[in-house]
Formats: sequence, C-alpha cells, structure tokens
Amino acid sequence: MLYFRTLLLLIACGWFAVVAAAQERPKAFVGAEIITATGENFQDGVMLIRDGRIEAVGSRQEVDIPGDAEVYDVEGNVIMPGLVDPHSHIGGGDGGDRSSALHPDVRIMDTIDPRSDTIRRALAGGVTTANIMPGSGHLMSGQTVYVKLKPANTIEEMLVTVDEEAGIYGGVKMANGTNSLRSSPFPGTRAKSAAMVRELYVQAQEYKAQIDAADGDPDKMPERNLRMETLVEVLEGKRIVHNHTHRHDDILTAIRLAQEFGYRMVLHHVTEAWKVAEEIAEAGYPASIIVLDSPGGKLEAEHLYYKTGRVLEEAGVDFGYHTDDSVTDSRLFLRSAAFGIREGMSREKAVESMTIANARMMDMEDRVGSLEPGKDADFILLSGDPFSVYTQVRQTWIEGEKVWDREDPEDRKYATGGYNVIQRSAFGHYDHYNLGGSQ
Amino acid sequence: MNRLITTLSLTILLTAGLLAPETEAQQIAVKGETVYTMNGEPLSDGVVLIRDGVIEEVGPASQVEIPGGYTLYETEVVTPGLIDSRSTVGFSGILNQDHDQDQLEMSSAFQPELRAIDAYNAREDLVKFLLETGITTVHTGHGPGALASGQTMIVKTSGNKIESALIDSTTAIAITLGSGISGGFSTPGTRSKSVAMLRQQLLDAKSYAERRASDNPPGRNLARETLADLIDGKIFALVEVHRAHDIMTALRLQDEFGFKMLLSGATESYLVRDEIRQAGVPVIIHPTMTRTWGESQNASFETAAKLTEAGIPVYFQSGYEGYVPKTRVALYEAAIAVANGLDRITALEALTIEPARLFGIDDRVGSLEPGKDADLVLFNGDPFEYITTTRAVIVDGKVVKEES
Repeated sequence: MLYFRTLLLLIACGWFAVVAAAQERPKAFVGAEIITATGENFQDGVMLIRDGRIEAVGSRQEVDIPGDAEVYDVEGNVIMPGLVDPHSHIGGGDGGDRSSALHPDVRIMDTIDPRSDTIRRALAGGVTTANIMPGSGHLMSGQTVYVKLKPANTIEEMLVTVDEEAGIYGGVKMANGTNSLRSSPFPGTRAKSAAMVRELYVQAQEYKAQIDAADGDPDKMPERNLRMETLVEVLEGKRIVHNHTHRHDDILTAIRLAQEFGYRMVLHHVTEAWKVAEEIAEAGYPASIIVLDSPGGKLEAEHLYYKTGRVLEEAGVDFGYHTDDSVTDSRLFLRSAAFGIREGMSREKAVESMTIANARMMDMEDRVGSLEPGKDADFILLSGDPFSVYTQVRQTWIEGEKVWDREDPEDRKYATGGYNVIQRSAFGHYDHYNLGGSQ
Repeated sequence: MNRLITTLSLTILLTAGLLAPETEAQQIAVKGETVYTMNGEPLSDGVVLIRDGVIEEVGPASQVEIPGGYTLYETEVVTPGLIDSRSTVGFSGILNQDHDQDQLEMSSAFQPELRAIDAYNAREDLVKFLLETGITTVHTGHGPGALASGQTMIVKTSGNKIESALIDSTTAIAITLGSGISGGFSTPGTRSKSVAMLRQQLLDAKSYAERRASDNPPGRNLARETLADLIDGKIFALVEVHRAHDIMTALRLQDEFGFKMLLSGATESYLVRDEIRQAGVPVIIHPTMTRTWGESQNASFETAAKLTEAGIPVYFQSGYEGYVPKTRVALYEAAIAVANGLDRITALEALTIEPARLFGIDDRVGSLEPGKDADLVLFNGDPFEYITTTRAVIVDGKVVKEES
C-alpha cells in the first residue's frame, strides 16, 4: 500500500514537472518571410514556438497568436530552418591515426572541444546541426557524430541521439580515391583500397552471423570487438556510411561496395558526380556536394564545377551541400547553394540542399531541416534573400533558444573575424594536411 | 532526306561560325543597361564600340550610333576587364603536383634573379578559369615563402604564350617577412636573421646601383641587377607580410632604403592603419575569405573597409593557395569585402582603374575609354552577387568566353 502511494506521488510529481515546462510562454515571430523548406513559403508569416518546438507556421491570417505569447516583430527579415551541415570538421577533433587505414572503432565524439571557437563561427553562418567527421586520409577514419551546436560544456549536451541504447550517435566516415593512398599499412592503389574495405566487411558479416547464431544466448556470443560491433551497426542499417569520393569511377566503386554489403551511404564531395548523375540516381544514394571557388588543388578535384547541383537536380538525385569546414568556411555556407543557383539549380532545391535534404542524410528529418509543427525550433533570422552576398545572418536559434545574435558584439566578432577572435582554433583537420593527409 | 537536312544544318552552322570566328578581332558593339566605364559616373544604357582590338567609342545609347557590320552584344552590366593584383596562377598549377608547381624554388631563400617570364604557363587551366570569371589582367609570378622568391610580372589571361600575354615583364620582387618563410631553407630561420640578410643584400645592391651608373660599371650579376632596379625605383618590392609587428618591420626597411613597396596579405594591417597611411604604402589585401589559421589567424572580413576608411589604397588578390581552392578569384574576394562594409564603387575601382594606375598600365587597361585595349566583362547582373555570371569576356577585342 505504501509502495502504491509512493508510486502515485511520483507520477504526480512527474505530471507537475511536465505542466511547469509546458507553461513556458510561447514566442511568436511575426511579419517575416518564412521559408519552410517544405516547398511552402509565407511572405508575411508567423511562426509560433513553445518549449523548444515549433507549434505553428503560416501566414499572418492563419496563425492565432496566444495572448501570453512573447511577440517578436521581424518584419523585413527572412526566417528559414537552421542550416544542417552534413560534413564538417569544427570542434577541433581528430580521428584515426596512421597505424591503420581502417578505424571503425575510433569515435570523433571522444575528441571534440565543445568550447571551440570554430563552433561559434558555424553559428554565425547559421549552422545549427552538423555531422562532425573524424579527420581525413583513411579508408575509414572513424565514427562521426551528429550534434546541435548548442552552447555546451560537454559533448553529451550537444548529441542528437540516433540510438541511445546502442550508443550510436552518428555515422561512419569512409573515403576512396587518392585520399587514402599512401605507404603501408595504407593501400597504394584504388583496387587495393576496395579489397581492404571488402575484406573488413566480410569479417563483419561473419561476426554478425555469430551474433545472429547466438540468438541472445550470452554464452554463445562472440568476444566483444569494437571494430566489428561498429560495422555490424552499419550492416544493420543503424549507422550511415559517409563516403568521401571525388572521381566518377571512385563514386561508382563506392556504390558497388555499398550495394555488395547492403549498407546505407551518403556520397560526399562528389566532384565528378556530374559525369555519373544518372548512375547515382538509379542507385538511389544521396550525394553531398562541396563547392570550391576554383577547381584543382588535388588530383581528384581537377574537374570540380559549380554546375554539379543543377545536373544532380535534373537527374533526380537527393542531394545537398556541405562545408567540410575548414576546407570551406561555415560562415559562408549559404554561398555554396547560391553557386548552384548561379549554374541553373532551382531556388527551391537550394533551400532544401542546405536543410532538409541534409537532415535526411543523418536520419534527422523528423526533428530538424524544415519549419513544421512538432519539429525542433531551430531556425535562422536573415536580413534578406538567403542566396545574396549582401544578406547577413542576424540570429541563430536552437530548440527555441537564441544562441547567436549579430547585435551582440561578443557574438558578432565570430561573423567578421579579427584580432584574437580565434583563440581555441585547434584546427585538428589541418594537422592532417600537414602530415600529408588531404580532404 | 533526314540526312540531307542534317548536312544542310551543319553547313549553315559552320558558315555562321566562319562569319563570326571567335579568334579574330572584330568590330563589336556592347550594350549594357549599366556600363561601369570607371571613368566618371556609370552609364545607364551605355554602348561601347570596339574596333581592331581597341575601344573606339563609349557613351550613352542615345548618343552613340552603332555602325553597320558590328556584332552586337547586349547585357545587364558591363565593366572593364578585371585586374587581379597578386596571384601565382600560371606558376602554381591546377593539379598541385610537383611538376606543375613553379612558384617557389627551394634551393636558396634569396633568389631575386628568377624571372617570371621563364616559368609562366600561359595555357594553365587556372589562368583560363580566372579569365572566365572576368579577370583579364593578372599580376602573377613567384609566390610567398622565401625571403626573395623571384620576380613577378603582369599578363593578360587570354594569351596562349608569354609573348602574346605579356604586359610588363618585371613588376616586383616577391619578398616574404615573418614566419611565412618556409622552414625548408637552411637560413633564415628567424625573423631578425631574415631582416639582417635582406638589409645586407640591399646595401650591396645600393653600391652596385651606384657603380653601374658610373664610368666603371661592375661585372654582371643577375641578382644584384634586379635588386639595383628596386633601389633605382624601376620595380616594386612586393612584401608578403601578415602580423602587425612584421608589417612595421617592412615599413622600417622601406624607410631605410626608400624603395617602392606593396604590402601583400597584411592580415593585421587594421592594427597599424596610421603607420601604413603615413608611410603611403598601398595594401594588396589578403583574400577576404582566407582561412583563419597560422599567420592569417586574425583575418577579418572588414579589413578592406577599415583600410579604405583610413585612407589607405586597397587592391584585391587571388593570393596563393597550397591546397584547395588552388586559386581564389579576386572578384569573389571583393564581393565579401563589399558585403562587409566596403563601398561598392571603391571595390570596383580596386579591381580595375586603381591597380592599372598602381602598376602604370592605365594607358592600356583599367577603364573603358577610347584608345584603350578592348577588355570588357559582360555580366548578367550585379558583378558581386553570388548568382551572377559572365555572359561574355572580351580581351583585346576578341570574345574569349561566351555563354553557352
């Protein structure tokens, strides 16, 4: 009986806590052009948020503003979803070392500095969610992590859980082409690269078969093996492979391996995707484009052109853009899609390619990437057309909290740069270049 | 029948092609809704007539009659061909492999005698890439990374060999101060040693310059001859320098020897604006979007605006990149500076007439005026906007890039 009363009390406490949280005053953003990334835009729109979530989005006529709402007059501005960067190296982390070409056991989340200035800079560019990748130059450099760029003391506060029970917080970074060619124990040729990857996945298939055969019996389970466990998650579709690939034939090789082992994959960088757009579309893998101001700088990027976005749109590929920060600058992420528009990509696709398309590549489309009721209130306030050079990011909001404001001098400096702005740079990614690694 | 039609179409196309061959200079009329002549106010509905490779006439459409036989191009915005004030294109190639990287010779840290004209690859893909973005003239040559890495020069980006591209064979000696000097040289290994070496070289060059002007000239020495040209004010010292205290060192050297100096990069120039203005030294500002690490850690998008407000002349550069992007585009860098406070017209001047004056080539390029080289860029909108492209680029009266 006592037990029962305690339980009732606990339930009651929980209920009060929920009510208290729900009583936070809603915030209404009124008068902006709202780009929802669902295909629907509102010229004179209202967005209502409460408890970190979006409650309503629509035209001024459609959305009732509750009497207790905090009203923000944002007329003359543009609101769009917080940008989702599916390939970034902010946070000063590193990744697999030179002891092996394949490090499925390595987790980037164990190395990220949540206080890194590079994260503040990304907020200044309107990035609210990122896939932070381990450093480069490996066939498999480790596990990536999906994070919200919230002010945080620990990486745990930034995580966007994919599968908490299994401890999955991101994908796996892979690469092919010239990226991982170097002296032993690395491969020296493309064919050897593919053989090494296939060999590892064959092992993972065998490891998975042992687990399946054990059928939950702990005595029959194989010994724990971090490398194999991660790859089993990949084989089971719980982890997405993010595959660096530039040349047209390397793109096709990445597709061939993904099809052989049945894993989910996003093609990253895709310099020569314009040559094999039909093949990518047919295979059904999403692609993430990097825009560089000029072609070249490495053998793989010799044929990099701004037209890739248009060609992939025409072919029906699900694609977006990424920064690969610090290869390109998070502060100028919107510029990447603008360069796609320059060569004929549609503006609607440009919006998607910065937001919802990238969320899909990280299994996060239910939470972020568009402004719809029920989704996280992650959005940016812009001074105008997202794809104009003259437009500034004015504010960045994550889960209903303003996390960056250009009006605040302490925040503004991350948008412009200047003396001693970057103090915790820890550009770990660059160390890899200096050691002979590459993008 | 189908085949006949195809053949006929092909013939018509070929004939049309022959009537307007792209490689031949021709009579061209360019009409623009806005024509930035860079010689007075921009023209609304302006016309530029081109004949035999030079500009024949410039004026409003109401006053300039387009004669018969001129090929007409119409566009939204016309500017003079753009000038990139510091690059290494044609020396640093697109592949970034040893065989196409000629911007930095590592056998010695001090080699002012290395001529730019002996290494320039006029057919380099990156040169043609810049041309398509509207950069028709580029100051390029040996890169940063050595105390004196060699010479620079000015070329048109359209030529297929140095002889047809060249405007000025010897523009500057590329000097680097600060920690940007490669660690691969046996010496200098410190900032103060760099300056000591440079001062001794300049002192020797001074006496060489005096002796070569006398009745008893010294024997030839290629390095000394180049430095003597610097001492005599015939060429510039192009000093790549980023930290504020290194900029002050460059100003100190310039004050001691009185040579013509251009600061290049100058990341922390915003900290020493008064000193730079008083010295009267122009700044070829680092690419606005340069990565903020190493010597450029303190770069700001607002530096170009701050310097021009302080009365310091600013020019734009594509700079030197060791990785991707292998070259930047001076126009794109100017655009980010404009978005961060730099006046639009000042930025256009810094891409056209101002560098032409700086380098003493304004009799040929930098503005749309009768008698000048017919170098024009036809944009489909605001040249600084991300989504604007070049409809056509004309160099020496030839259409070298045309929208497909």
